[in-house]
Order: sequence, then C-alpha cells, then structure tokens
Amino acid sequence: MNPSLSYTLLFVAAALFSIGLAVVITKRHAVVVLMGIELMLNAVNLNLVAFSQYDPNRLQGQIFSLFVMIVAAAEAAVALALIIQVYRHFKTVVLDDLTNLKQ
Amino acid sequence: MLQRNPHYMLQIAFFAFIILTLIGALTVLITRNVLYSAYALLLTLLGVAALFVFAGADFLAVSQIIIYVGGVLVLVLFGVMLTSKPTTSDTSTVVASERPNAILAGSRGLWLGVLLAGGLFFGLSRLLLNAHFVLFDQPISNAPTTIDTIGKQLMTEYIVPFEIISILLLVALVGAGYLAKKSIKL
Repeated sequence: MNPSLSYTLLFVAAALFSIGLAVVITKRHAVVVLMGIELMLNAVNLNLVAFSQYDPNRLQGQIFSLFVMIVAAAEAAVALALIIQVYRHFKTVVLDDLTNLKQ
Repeated sequence: MLQRNPHYMLQIAFFAFIILTLIGALTVLITRNVLYSAYALLLTLLGVAALFVFAGADFLAVSQIIIYVGGVLVLVLFGVMLTSKPTTSDTSTVVASERPNAILAGSRGLWLGVLLAGGLFFGLSRLLLNAHFVLFDQPISNAPTTIDTIGKQLMTEYIVPFEIISILLLVALVGAGYLAKKSIKL
C-alpha cells in the first residue's frame, strides 16, 4: 500500500474517532455509550496499524493495538456487568434517569 | 486504460470497505434503536478488520474478528437484551423518560456533541493535511505474513506486558462474574 492510502487510513481513523465521540456525548443508553467507546478504540487501532506497516522489523504498532484490543475486551465485560447491576437496581439504563445515589 | 491497472480492483475494494466502515459508524450515531446500532457496530468492526488486511496486519484482522465480533459484540447484544424495557404497563413505577406521553424538556447535548465531534474532525483533518510523516518514506516490507514477527516480539521484547495482560484478563473475568451476581451488596 502506497503512502497516500496510508494517509487515507489516517483520515478514516479521524472520522471514526469523531463519530465515536459524538455517540458517547449524545446517546442516552448506557450500552450505546459503550459502543461509542469501542468505536474510538477501533479508530486508535487503525491509526497504530497504519503506521506499523512501515516498521516491519519490530511491529510495535500492531503489538500495541493487540494489547488495546485485549484491554477493550476486559473493559467491555466489566462495563456490561456494571450495566446489568444498574438495571437491576434502577430498572433503567438511560443515563439521564440515573440521578439518585440511593433509591 | 484503467482496467489494465492491477491495483484498480484493490483500490475499489479499499474504498468500498472505507465506505462500509463509515456508514456503519454513522448508523450507530443516527439510529435510535439500540439493537440496530449493535448490528451497525458489527458492520463497522468487520470493515475495520478488512482495513487491517489492507494495511498488512493479517493477524490483527483475524484477532479483531475473533475478539470484537465474537466476544465484545455478543456481550453487547446480551447487554441490550438483558436491559430491555419491562413490558408492564404500570406507569407509576416506570421512570419518567419511559412513560409514553412524558415530555422531555432540556438539552440532550445533541448540538454540543455534534459540534465538538465536527470540530475535532476538522482539526484532525487540518493537522493531517499539513503533516508529513517521515515514517511513510520508509520502504514497506514484503513479508507474506506478520505472525512470526508478532510471535517473536511477544516472547522476547514484550514478554512482561504479555504476562501482565494475562493477569488483567483473569481479574476482569473474576470481577465481571462477581459484579453480575444476583445478590451483590452495592
């Protein structure tokens, strides 16, 4: 892949990150906010992989994005467990309605 | 003329996967149905896996499909289905925004979010247009696969992070199992 396509990948990653940020800010459902965070992590991975192609001996970017993926999987598991607990307690996962510390 | 270029089909596929990825991400942003956004996220994750292949990261593409599509997305779908709205029509116990005729006033932060994201994208685009990355002048490797390099690196240079991340996964597994228990004292 020539460098112009690598620049295209960087633009795609920037767009994905911005869309993920917009999802995190505007959405009210906790699971959709989690999806926005996953989108942002994917954008960062795309950036790292686009640069890592030019570093074939060490592949630091690819290994770093592998670690990012693993941490994202652990984060998703813990976050969904928390969301299920919140749903049991408040009977909703809409973030605007979670206004009480104790119910 | 263009038909005889061997990279022509490759570029068409590349931009098709870019469009697939962005359409999936925009659908997550636009749709109001949580299940639809989960399936649109599937589209985006598959598109990003294909872009990994184009960037010469075959092992990462397969890992992306296995971890995200096979693990995270299934978890998200479970989360959507386990936290769906109750079917009871007893409006006294239902929270305000789920009552049928409730009027929700106040800002949702919609314009703030779109403005912030658009500004961020504008700034990043300006930065990328003006930037010239020295790394992109390096020659590209023509190794058929990256798996052997990743394996060697994981066992030599990155052995400590590799072990730490295994402990992190174990802790996350135990913690998620404990947090999702029925009778937890919050």
